[in-house]
Amino acid sequence: MAVIKPGVSGQVSTPNGPSFRGRNRRDGWLLVLPAIALIVLLGVYPLLYSLYLALHQWDLQTPTTPFIGLDNFRTALRDDRLYSALRNTWLIVVVGVFLEFILGLILALLLVDLPRLKRFVIPIFILPVMMVPIVVGLTWRMLWDNQYGAVNHMLRMVFGQDLNIIWLGKTNTALIAMIVTQVWQWTPFMFVVLLAAISAVSPDLYEAASLDGASWWNTLKDITLPSIRHIVAVAILFRALDAFKIFDIVYMFTQGGPGTTTETASWYIYRLGFQFFRMGYASAISFLVLIMLSIVATIYVAAFIREGGKA
Amino acid sequence: MSTDAAEVELARAQSIARETATINRGVRRSRPFLDLLRYLILLVAGLFFLFPIVWIAVMSVKMPGDYLRRPPVWIPDDPTLNHYRSVMEARGWQALENSLVIASSATIISLLAGTLAAYSLARLNTGGKHFAFWLLSQRMMPPVILVVPFFLLLRDVGKHVSFLGIDQRGSLIAIYTVFNLPFIIWLMRSYFDGVPIELEESAMVDGSTRIGVFLKIALPLSLPGLIATGTFAFIFSWTEFLFAVILTRTNAVTLPVAVAGFSGSQGSNWGQASALAVMATAPIFVLSLLVQKHFVRGLTLGAVRG
Repeated sequence: MAVIKPGVSGQVSTPNGPSFRGRNRRDGWLLVLPAIALIVLLGVYPLLYSLYLALHQWDLQTPTTPFIGLDNFRTALRDDRLYSALRNTWLIVVVGVFLEFILGLILALLLVDLPRLKRFVIPIFILPVMMVPIVVGLTWRMLWDNQYGAVNHMLRMVFGQDLNIIWLGKTNTALIAMIVTQVWQWTPFMFVVLLAAISAVSPDLYEAASLDGASWWNTLKDITLPSIRHIVAVAILFRALDAFKIFDIVYMFTQGGPGTTTETASWYIYRLGFQFFRMGYASAISFLVLIMLSIVATIYVAAFIREGGKA
Repeated sequence: MSTDAAEVELARAQSIARETATINRGVRRSRPFLDLLRYLILLVAGLFFLFPIVWIAVMSVKMPGDYLRRPPVWIPDDPTLNHYRSVMEARGWQALENSLVIASSATIISLLAGTLAAYSLARLNTGGKHFAFWLLSQRMMPPVILVVPFFLLLRDVGKHVSFLGIDQRGSLIAIYTVFNLPFIIWLMRSYFDGVPIELEESAMVDGSTRIGVFLKIALPLSLPGLIATGTFAFIFSWTEFLFAVILTRTNAVTLPVAVAGFSGSQGSNWGQASALAVMATAPIFVLSLLVQKHFVRGLTLGAVRG
């Protein structure tokens, strides 16, 4: 198992023979052309169109769509429902990804030196990742059900009382349910990535540590974690950006309710666009979310990945 | 000859060193109580990951009286396939066909365009670092941002082009193609990076064209990667829900949208919903066996090679 940094290894793979250079550039762009054409037509153009929408009062029901400048953005900054949706989304992202990382790390450490068991266990552990998200939503919607669900039933067996938690009917418990469900689906992802990373740490380091009589904890703290730091940073970034999109589970669990208290960013934009038909306002909020995510991701990459890439 | 022997010897020594050192990577062995605890934790984790999947599979064959029971019926006495029959006839077959057509079309188109681009990035360093990361940012952006403009644009385009527009398969094919592209380019680039460049250079010196080298050398040598990449692209297209629920009404409904149609039911339709969910999940599970070895690499876009 080899682990590489996700940087661009162009220098390694570019042929240096002088006969190539001139033709190469033209060939290169020719090969990229179909992909770029598709991305520009179906990715960049809609994004620009969305900016145009954001500057207009574009409601599907009204015939005119006047230009209103930055009014949509101004409204958004004072929109309590947006802040509530963002708070929920970040809560799910931060708590969920943190738990996925810790649990994934524990499982990876438990399994890394059991090669035979590893081969048998990995295919089972990764099944949740392969589930269709909407099916995950349906499955757990049944498991969390207060009357017929398995979660309450198991709690009853453990605590011996006739408890009846209406998990998806209250804000806090519904958010907990969403986080647990996310953790169920994505801990295996963290687990396999961390397992690959730990397996690739140079054995020499461990040999030296054991010769020095380092304890298990010190080996973990001073060798394993620093060695896999870069991959951990990448895995967390991938998972966090993915978790931020959470939509399917909200759709199946609560549809944002009770009231609007369990809305997430994706859900709120969807509601604005397709239940209130406020296309302009939804676009403005989309842009604010994009800007926020770009800033957070840039800071994260600068802090944890760029500098870590040399490790 | 002698260098070969030395290399074999070195490799053997390294593998022995690796095995001894592996022991200290995880929890230290040799203490029976800790060992027992370790297997126990792994067992609990395995049950936790498996239980919901078993639950929905069992639910799909329960009689209605069994799934509305407290305490839950774990194993039904008289399993039935009626839910499969009724749900597939009602909306399942059409959704299955839509999902198949949409996911495979999107996969093929994006694989064609994406593989060419990936080769260009890997071998000719086209666009450099910035271009590669711009592609990556396309992938990382939350898709919900494009939902509103896509809907409005497709609604207008649909007036002129019959296969695009709302509730047309073509719209979803187009969208999934674009979603897959950055992923395919990054992942395939990492596979092309693994093909020794000397082979291609000597073929070029012998007079092969760029495209000839690509088709005859690079592509065959990275075929396993291509299959894995295509499988991932298919899985992404198959499981997507947000755009599918917004852009389809009746004709182009995919399996996830059909499953979500049961979201309001309070227990009474659980059997049918579960049957459809199993139909939506089973093909993905089968495909995931194909990409098992490429799993880590695929899900991290080539950043981590498991």
